[in-house]
Amino acid sequence: MAISLNKEKLRTQECEKLQEVSGTNVYSCYQCGNCTAGCPCVDAMDIPPHEVIRLAQFGQIEKILDSNTMWICASCVTCSVRCPRSVDISGVMEALRQIALQNGNEDVTKLGELSSEELEELPQIAVISNFRKLTS
Amino acid sequence: MEISYYPGCTLKTKAINFETSALALLEKLDVKAIELKDWNCCGVMFSQSQDNLMKQLAPIRTLIRAKESGRDRLLTLCSMCYNTLKRSALFIQENEDKRDKINDFMDLEETEYFGNEIEVVNILTLLDEIDKDKLKASIVKDAKDLKVATYYGCLLTRPKEVAIDNVEDPQIMENLLEAAGCKPVYFPFKTECCASFQVVSRKDIARERTRKIVDSARKNGAEMILLACPLCEYNLDKLQKELHEEDSTFETLPVLYVTQLLAILAGVDPEINDYSKHYIDPRPVLERKGLL
Ligand code: SF4
Ligand code: SF4
Repeated sequence: MAISLNKEKLRTQECEKLQEVSGTNVYSCYQCGNCTAGCPCVDAMDIPPHEVIRLAQFGQIEKILDSNTMWICASCVTCSVRCPRSVDISGVMEALRQIALQNGNEDVTKLGELSSEELEELPQIAVISNFRKLTS
Repeated sequence: MEISYYPGCTLKTKAINFETSALALLEKLDVKAIELKDWNCCGVMFSQSQDNLMKQLAPIRTLIRAKESGRDRLLTLCSMCYNTLKRSALFIQENEDKRDKINDFMDLEETEYFGNEIEVVNILTLLDEIDKDKLKASIVKDAKDLKVATYYGCLLTRPKEVAIDNVEDPQIMENLLEAAGCKPVYFPFKTECCASFQVVSRKDIARERTRKIVDSARKNGAEMILLACPLCEYNLDKLQKELHEEDSTFETLPVLYVTQLLAILAGVDPEINDYSKHYIDPRPVLERKGLL
């Protein structure tokens, strides 16, 4: 995928916000790919975790927000504990969700699509954590 | 020994077998778990965002209740509650201004919470603290080298700051079960994620995770999977049933809370378990080992 870059595009306000909300420095990443290698949900993601961080380094937040990646992330923290550069990738995913939701992203919880039997059967912790992670 | 106990939302319903078995087991080991008064849900998942403090209120309020109980340790059975309470406490310890904001927001509370007053203790840590000789002495049934796969999932070992044991290769459950006469099998998927809450909106992902985790346990000879998280339990148990219904060659393994098995081995009546809560019936395996 070709991306044209210039000085303005590289250090965007959105990227500053992403770092502030996640409390992590995305520029520490040296693209080893460890985060992606251990991610349990990567097969279903449009953009794998290490590429998310790379795009963030280039200020390409819009591009990331257009993907499904942060909605597929299960917040398992495997990526963050294995990162040799202490990048909190899992925290970046949370920040991306927050930014998308604050920008008025549509409801992704899909609770409305579940039948009442399914809802009744799910343990509370599944439904509440789904809400916690996918709503703001 | 007395310790405050926080059940959390699911332990009174879906995960009732976890609560009944753990409390019965603790009684055998002379530990009295005293339930907090007026507790609320902790929010289940820790909020990782630095600027959304609202989501820290539920766990901090729970810790306020614990502080008001007058006991300085708080037992959780659910690994999600454990993780959230512990991370929220760390969050306000490390961010004084955010802590003050959170306390200001709850100004109707009579007690303030600063971050380190309460030690949040997971059931596995509590059992591990008990002298192994005492634990062995409490075991009255022979497990006959029952082969078990110990599944930790995510929240007991990640992130590092709240891990109950080694992040990649925890051994707490194995040590307990060995002391109780079981044979933990090699299980490289023991800290792999089951896809957690994604079961709600992306069940397809959770199913594939279940398939991989159960395949690994079975290939290594396990006769059952033991765990300590109500959401992992639901995913691995229910989704195995679905996988089997779809393809009858998929071999299932029963899934139990580790306390269900330990309680039975310690002589608690196996009938305190409500077996209708299981999707894969564990009774055939328990019967084969003479444990029912
Ligand atoms: S593990 Fe860390 S350093 Fe490696 S690619 Fe991922 S974020 Fe970058
Ligand atoms: S926290 Fe999200 S991105 Fe990181 S490994 Fe887990 S599912 Fe993948």
